[in-house]
Amino acid sequence: MDLIQNFPFITILLCLAGGVLSSVLSAKKARRFCFFLLGVVGVLSAFTFYDALMRKEPYVYYMGHFPAPWGNEIRIGILESFMAVFFCVIMLLSLAGGLYKIIEEVEETKQNLYWTMISLLMSSMLALIYTNDLFTAYVFVEINTIAAAGLIMIRNNGHSIVAATKYMIMSLVGSGMLLLSISLLYDLTGHLLMSNMKTEIATIAKTGEYQVPLTVIIALICVGIAIKSALFPFHTWLPEAYGYSTAASSAILSSLVSKSYIFLLLKVFYRVIGMEVITAHGTNYILFCFAIAGMMMGSFNAIKEHDMRRMVAYSSIAQIGYIYMGIGFGSQAGMIAAVFHILSHAASKALLFITTAGLSSVSGDSKEFRDLKGAGIRNKMAGIGFCVGAFSMVGIPMFAGFISKVYFAEAAFTASPIQMGIGMAALAISTILNAVYFMRAVILLYTPSNKRERDAKFQNQISFHSSVSLFISLNFILGFGSYYIIRMIEQGLSRFA
Amino acid sequence: MLQHLLNHYYETVSIVLFGIGFTMLLLNRNMIKKIMGLNIMDTAVYLFLAAKGYITGRVAPIIAEGLEGKESFINPVPSGLVLTGIVVSVSVTALMLSLTIRLYRRYHTLDIDEIAMLAKKEDL
Repeated sequence: MDLIQNFPFITILLCLAGGVLSSVLSAKKARRFCFFLLGVVGVLSAFTFYDALMRKEPYVYYMGHFPAPWGNEIRIGILESFMAVFFCVIMLLSLAGGLYKIIEEVEETKQNLYWTMISLLMSSMLALIYTNDLFTAYVFVEINTIAAAGLIMIRNNGHSIVAATKYMIMSLVGSGMLLLSISLLYDLTGHLLMSNMKTEIATIAKTGEYQVPLTVIIALICVGIAIKSALFPFHTWLPEAYGYSTAASSAILSSLVSKSYIFLLLKVFYRVIGMEVITAHGTNYILFCFAIAGMMMGSFNAIKEHDMRRMVAYSSIAQIGYIYMGIGFGSQAGMIAAVFHILSHAASKALLFITTAGLSSVSGDSKEFRDLKGAGIRNKMAGIGFCVGAFSMVGIPMFAGFISKVYFAEAAFTASPIQMGIGMAALAISTILNAVYFMRAVILLYTPSNKRERDAKFQNQISFHSSVSLFISLNFILGFGSYYIIRMIEQGLSRFA
Repeated sequence: MLQHLLNHYYETVSIVLFGIGFTMLLLNRNMIKKIMGLNIMDTAVYLFLAAKGYITGRVAPIIAEGLEGKESFINPVPSGLVLTGIVVSVSVTALMLSLTIRLYRRYHTLDIDEIAMLAKKEDL
């Protein structure tokens, strides 16, 4: 076995150990250590990705020298390793962009715990990406939930604690359902490794036995993960959790945490239950209906909002709807579009959260629209960043969001005529709704106001400026280099099962 | 159908318990009762797993005198899963309890709706 094949496991372990170590370091040291750690993990993941690209075929890494069906294993393919690199990049950029806010909003004595949470979150996301064992996935889902709740509540004001409590309650409902479904699946198949489960389920599906339990299992898994990734109508925790936590936390929660659950759902669909069984049970149609409702309701709620952060948060609900719509088409093209939208949404939404914080810090720390008038002129970098994020979410050509909309539209033609009609109409309406609230915000940001206060300490925020410019370039890379990324996703998905 | 449920009464009871815990966690307004609901829900799943993993007349797979062959032992994996699950639910319960303490100190109530109302009024 090559040394490089150990890297995915090492990255998971490094983050876990790093989290423990951060908790005993001072705030400053923990921060430096965490950035260093994420950098190392990013580089190792990049090597893994390169290796996976060269190999083409995914490989299985045994944990503890016991082969399947006894041992635990992780499975590394092109898509998984790419996601790991991408998550690492977004994590680093969000943290860099929100760094001054973290230092400002989190108590000095508790800051090292913030970095502990970040390390644990990263390790759980890497584990969710790589694992090939459903029960391991459950354990890391819980670690992910706890770390995410920590990121929300660390700001330590009334709003964020209430938001964290609501997030925990909804998440625990979701993980309870996930746990029950995993128990039922184990009961049904006698395995916990995804590939073994799939063989058993294929046999069950062929004989037509146990159809009711199988339907229950699929429903429990889908609802459990839908709650955790905030698919409408299970989104009630989202606006507060994203709206009241510190900027970097909101960026990470919206662009990474919810996406790691969706990635797990894709894994369950492809690797545990099998797409044929999913479509035979009509699961994708149900997800499709919720997705369309989410696209509409998320945008409507965003239009009604007077608070910029909460508006961006509601827009996340609409975007999660897009991703589920892609899954709901039930075809390969739909999946590719959904995976690409995971990337483009992560790149744009994290940028929006980071720049919203930048804009409000030159407007007396207010997030209300009336105070943000002219904020784009007062803080140029944040203004430009917000425009790029907004244009991408609306779907203006050249930006990442446009490409995903094109692929969604293309994928709609692979579905049944009714689904195609509804999907296309929803895309059109939701694009208009997106344009309504994002353009309103952009126009407001560039309406000159009498306020002339410039935030002096904002001038020398190198980390903020570099993070925003890197996010902008990431958006353009996704927008212009989409051909290669789509090919890569296609290649990865075809060997995903 | 009824006979079926009676034959598998452990599983039936565990699913009923799961439902009770689930509703309590989701609908009860008292934070402490919510946490109790969470624990009932998780424990119900462990009962389900333990019941599924147990075969009458067999023992845990520890080699002892008079026990030979795979016929005398049960599958240890479900028990292992229960243990892992208990660890997870303990940590989640601890986190929920600490959140409840924080909320109670700030708002002097355990009613989540009331807390949400008070938080809304509070200025940031």
